[in-house]
Amino acid sequence: MNKNLLAKTILIIAVLIAFLFGIFGIPGSLSGKGLLAALQSRIHLGLDLKGGTHLILQVQVNDAINADTDRAVERLKDALKSGNIAFGEISKPDPQNHPELIQIKGVPPESSSELRRIVSEKLPDYDLGSGAESSWTVTMKPSVANDTKKKAVQQAIETIRNRIDQLGVSEPVIQEHGLGDYQILVQLPGVDDPARVKEIMQSTAMLEIRQAVNGPYPSEQAAMQANGGVLPPDTVLMKGSALHPQSGEENTEVYWLISRSSAVSGGDLRTADSGHDENGRPDVNFTLTGDGGRRFAAFTGSHVGDKLAVVLDNRVKSVATIQEQIHDQGRITGSFSPQETQDLALTLRSGALPAGIKYLQEVTVGPSLGSDSIRQGVRAAIIGMIAVMVFMLFYYRAAGINADLGLFLNLVILLGFLGFTGATLTLPGIAGVILTVGMGVDSNVLIFERIREELRHGKTPPSAVDQGFAHAWVTIVDTHVTTIVSAIILFLFGTGPVRGFAVTLSFGLAANLFTSVFVSRVIFESILNRHQRGEALSI
Amino acid sequence: MELFRNTNIDFLGKKWYFLAFSLIFSVAGLLSIFFWHGIPLGVEFRGGTLVYVKFAQTPDLDKVRQAMDRAGLKNPRIQRFGPVSANEVLIDLGLQETSEAALDRGKNAIIQALQTQNASNEGKQDLNNSGTPTLEQYLLQKDPLHLGTDAATQYHTIAQKIEDFRNKERGGVLSSVDDLRGVVPPEVVNALKEGFYTSDFVVRNVEIVGPQVGGQLRHQAIMATLYSLAGMLVYLWFRFEMIYGVGAVVACFHDTIITVGFFSLLNKEISLTVIAAILTLIGYSMNDTIVVFDRIRENIKLLRREPLADIVNKSINQTLSRTILTSGLTFLTVLSLYLFGGEVLRGFSLALVIGILIGTYSSIAVAAPMLVAYQDWRARRTGEAVARSMSSPRNKAREKVKVKA
Repeated sequence: MNKNLLAKTILIIAVLIAFLFGIFGIPGSLSGKGLLAALQSRIHLGLDLKGGTHLILQVQVNDAINADTDRAVERLKDALKSGNIAFGEISKPDPQNHPELIQIKGVPPESSSELRRIVSEKLPDYDLGSGAESSWTVTMKPSVANDTKKKAVQQAIETIRNRIDQLGVSEPVIQEHGLGDYQILVQLPGVDDPARVKEIMQSTAMLEIRQAVNGPYPSEQAAMQANGGVLPPDTVLMKGSALHPQSGEENTEVYWLISRSSAVSGGDLRTADSGHDENGRPDVNFTLTGDGGRRFAAFTGSHVGDKLAVVLDNRVKSVATIQEQIHDQGRITGSFSPQETQDLALTLRSGALPAGIKYLQEVTVGPSLGSDSIRQGVRAAIIGMIAVMVFMLFYYRAAGINADLGLFLNLVILLGFLGFTGATLTLPGIAGVILTVGMGVDSNVLIFERIREELRHGKTPPSAVDQGFAHAWVTIVDTHVTTIVSAIILFLFGTGPVRGFAVTLSFGLAANLFTSVFVSRVIFESILNRHQRGEALSI
Repeated sequence: MELFRNTNIDFLGKKWYFLAFSLIFSVAGLLSIFFWHGIPLGVEFRGGTLVYVKFAQTPDLDKVRQAMDRAGLKNPRIQRFGPVSANEVLIDLGLQETSEAALDRGKNAIIQALQTQNASNEGKQDLNNSGTPTLEQYLLQKDPLHLGTDAATQYHTIAQKIEDFRNKERGGVLSSVDDLRGVVPPEVVNALKEGFYTSDFVVRNVEIVGPQVGGQLRHQAIMATLYSLAGMLVYLWFRFEMIYGVGAVVACFHDTIITVGFFSLLNKEISLTVIAAILTLIGYSMNDTIVVFDRIRENIKLLRREPLADIVNKSINQTLSRTILTSGLTFLTVLSLYLFGGEVLRGFSLALVIGILIGTYSSIAVAAPMLVAYQDWRARRTGEAVARSMSSPRNKAREKVKVKA
């Protein structure tokens, strides 16, 4: 064997060993079971094979814009009041479709320069313009609006990740999905009943502690009547539940008059834990951050004897009288089940969602289907591969062994790739493996047919092999490029299972270039080396 | 062993037969698309709720239908899925029962309707439709084995064992809680019996797609197919010449139309994986075409005096052995996929089975004849003037051929 050939052979064996390592890592034992366990730990299976839930959800980014413009409206009112500028109404004409738009009515023309100054000073993120009927519009700058939306999506991803991590789902995928539609892809392996997870992900968990000015009232009308038909300034009416005074039944609707501004909110929480109160009822205990604690202490210190409401997602959860100044601890009681307090504590800990979310797609694969799919996919792959291998042996005799070795090495490299890169194997991915076998053998056929042709034209075996490889090479490159082009497009457009297919197909084809051209050539050369001059080539 | 040695078939002479064949299939497919079945779309594209249910015994479809009616579900499509022995049923609710406001309403209604069919187990949970976490929590609360410190991990293992047994040994459905005797300790079985019953079904797979995602995916699938074809055109243009690219892309388009037409004729749904298969076919058919084109290009340089039609014929014949072998072998693998790959991949592998046959045919019968037809047409239209004006050295040899043809 000449030196060059030896070097090539060593390279091939090194590649084989490297990719075998990629498939199995360093197995605990070399028994079948040990190898299988090693294989399972290296090759990541897609949701369609191991079972789980795939969700696509959309962040309602307009919520985030609305929250910002709501604050802007408040700031504007305060600034105009303190600047002694008269105004009729400040409102948002179309919060659903144009959350970025604020309208100011009834500002006298002589105050317009003053208004301009206030807006540019207090609301740098907004543009002032003139609207219909001598009104003014204040619009969030498009770049700021875009930023707010993007941030809302990022923050939603963070929050959802926090929540799912705390639920103990292993290897979840949470990432932005699609192109600019504010969608998030969530994959939860092993979760085959997504109802609870979805509930937890979806809860906005906006916690606020506000002053309860008055109440409770049994109905909205009663509340209005008690206040002479007009709500006191800076208060809102909120729903809540309470024990019924007579029957003692829970979950009776009541109404509270609640202050508009909050003393502390969810962002001020340091921890939240579920527990039980002295009567054994489930509750949630929380502590506040340093800053939140100081504000809370100041508030409760100046409101001893007043009532305090814990408001969750715009609903009064519990109301208590402030007995003394409270520093940094609090408790949420109400009619909760233990599960509910656990979930509430979890969502509070993980932070509030910046905007609501909507589910667009839900796919659940039961574990029994997944294991069936693996079995059937692998069976089809093995049968297909054996059929091809047998045919190659039969048709090309000794050269068939060459092709079969290449095919085998191709498979090792492909699986090793999956092991190294951590790419996921899906059911269509297994189909991709099978297809690679079929298409991979194409290169061998191209080369072998060409060699046969050259032999028929009377060339000697060495020059026929040489010519065969040289002529077939151009074609092989072309065919591989076109298939990889379609695989890349599949990868870009597809998700989940289809992506897995694109991945195995392109890996397989890349590996095929190596095995069917380089490896196959080395094998031919080593055979020719040992051949006598003039001896026929078995092909 | 060798098949197809030194074949000399006049493929171009049969071009009218080929044209007729292609036209019959394309037109039949197009007629079905426009006037009969349309393009049957998979749930990812049309939106809707699909629930795949596996029963312990052969299910009575009428009973299932009655249960759905009682639950007030509008026009559910209920059909057997896979072979009868699999005991699987597919329930399809369509978009009118699927709204983005409450995406899983339809699914929950189906499961509830099926569970209330045997309502003798009030207050108990369904063992067949409970996952590991549910079992684990239940066992942890009951603590039948009186475990100490590492109860959580131990019960987790037991819960997983139960699931594995149910899914791998029993195909997903246990016929009674007692099936677990011998799998887990008897104390555990007894504890489970207090809180669980076994319904006669398990939900194997749920797909719920809201209208928004459906529209988005439809758009993406069409764009992906078009981009793929355009990408090929550009590559071939760069590697060969414009007309080669056009010929190959027309052949691929022909394959796509016929494959989609077949799905329409058979009323089989085009799902996301079928689109993946079609894109693969575009690559594959292109593959086949390139092999022939490469040989034509090579032969044009070698055989300058022969008319293009003869060169094309010769090239097809020279590569015929390879074409049939490769296609045959790939066909073998996808056939194995179609026969043994299971119900989930049936559509995908069907597309490949049809497409590989058509793709092989089209590279011989559509793409190559197009080259000749184009040259003939150009020769007739412009005569020698164009031939002389084209002077790039690469084209010179071929131009001579063209003039003669």
